[in-house]
Amino acid sequence: MRALLIRDLTLALRAGGGFGLGLAFFLIVTVLVPFSVGPQAELLQLIAPGVLWLGALLACLLSLDRLLALDFEDGTLDLLLTAPLPLEGALSVKALAHWLTTGLPLVLAAPVLGVLLNLAPAGYLWLVVSLAVGTPALSVIGCFGAALTVGIKRGGLLLSLLVLPLYVPTLIFGAEVARRGAGGQEVATPLLMLAGITCAVIALMPFASAAVLRMGLR
Amino acid sequence: MSIWSYANPVKFLTLSARVQPVLWVLSMACVATGLIWGFFGTPQDYRQGATVKIIYLHVPAALMAINAWFMMLVASLIWLIRRHHVSALAAKAAAPVGVVMTVIALLTGAIWGQPMWGTWWAWDPRLTSFLILFLFYLGYIALWEAIEDPDTAADLTSVLCLVGSVFAVLSRYAVQFWNQGLHQGTSVPVATGGRSVDDVFFYPLVICMIGFGLLFVALVFYRTGTEIRLRRAAALRARAGRAA
Repeated sequence: MRALLIRDLTLALRAGGGFGLGLAFFLIVTVLVPFSVGPQAELLQLIAPGVLWLGALLACLLSLDRLLALDFEDGTLDLLLTAPLPLEGALSVKALAHWLTTGLPLVLAAPVLGVLLNLAPAGYLWLVVSLAVGTPALSVIGCFGAALTVGIKRGGLLLSLLVLPLYVPTLIFGAEVARRGAGGQEVATPLLMLAGITCAVIALMPFASAAVLRMGLR
Repeated sequence: MSIWSYANPVKFLTLSARVQPVLWVLSMACVATGLIWGFFGTPQDYRQGATVKIIYLHVPAALMAINAWFMMLVASLIWLIRRHHVSALAAKAAAPVGVVMTVIALLTGAIWGQPMWGTWWAWDPRLTSFLILFLFYLGYIALWEAIEDPDTAADLTSVLCLVGSVFAVLSRYAVQFWNQGLHQGTSVPVATGGRSVDDVFFYPLVICMIGFGLLFVALVFYRTGTEIRLRRAAALRARAGRAA
């Protein structure tokens, strides 16, 4: 498992694109927002938590089709299917690698982009916390979507259509934590709900992902 | 004779051919009675005027939109556990019907909401949940269309239906948490036995609901039959291709 994790991480870091691309996308979405809604500081402050969450979510989505598609093309997935390591474990590791290369940088970059959007000072901490708790769920759910569409040619758009509705609960609670945090309100309830979703998804989703991957590659 | 004998496509088609005429006549009669009674035989609401009558389309459509997904869930489970092809095809056949019901519910809701709430759309929990349900239906149908091998497609869509159901329920609660709503409570609370609608409006509404339910069953029978015949045609074509 560790070998697989290290392999995925090195591939993401060295093989170009994957690592920086999500971050660059997050940056560009954030920069485009003031252009589309206008530069008023109060307005930006109001929408900053939601926009940052949406940007992080889309950046995550963008990198999903690389999660399994490359391994499918070069045959690694077939090896993983026949390997002694359970497929559930292998997919969990791949989701973890995806989070380390996509989710974690997004979490770290979010406060910097918060400055661009004039985020309220109280909001930085809760923005980072909510993203740190929520983005693992995005990676794991995305892994399920990637497993569903892995054998389909031109599955990218379909992947978005399938995965985005599944992201709704995470987005709602995550953005709610960030919004309440920025407004100086109580954040415990949505934060606990968000953490609950993430834990449940990490525990259960790999089984569904492995099941669909076995069906799809049969 | 157990219900599983109808997993045989031939038996299923025989049954469906026998049941369908009855279902069509009954559902049409119920829908027609309910709608005509509802539209012309009930008084206007003292505050909502004639707009209240859209309830006879809105509520049954919304009911069937949710129950169609539920039926797909059961059919998907049967396919995953017992691998009866008819079951998978029935789930596939029900999805477009469910979409249409969802769209009817959303559209009639918007048409009613414009004069009553003063807006076509509000980000109310019930409305939002329905929109999310609509997206789930779209994803489900798109996945069926995208995969060529029919058995793989049935497998993958079944799992998607199961996972989607969990997330649909989750979204429902998340959305409720996110925004307290404008939409009134349910008109026909089954669990409590009480109701917030007067008898005058209630009876035609129930007839409409029964009619829509029967219509849904008839449509699913019809569409499943079509899918079975399509599958047969494909098999025949494949055999002819191999022989040539």
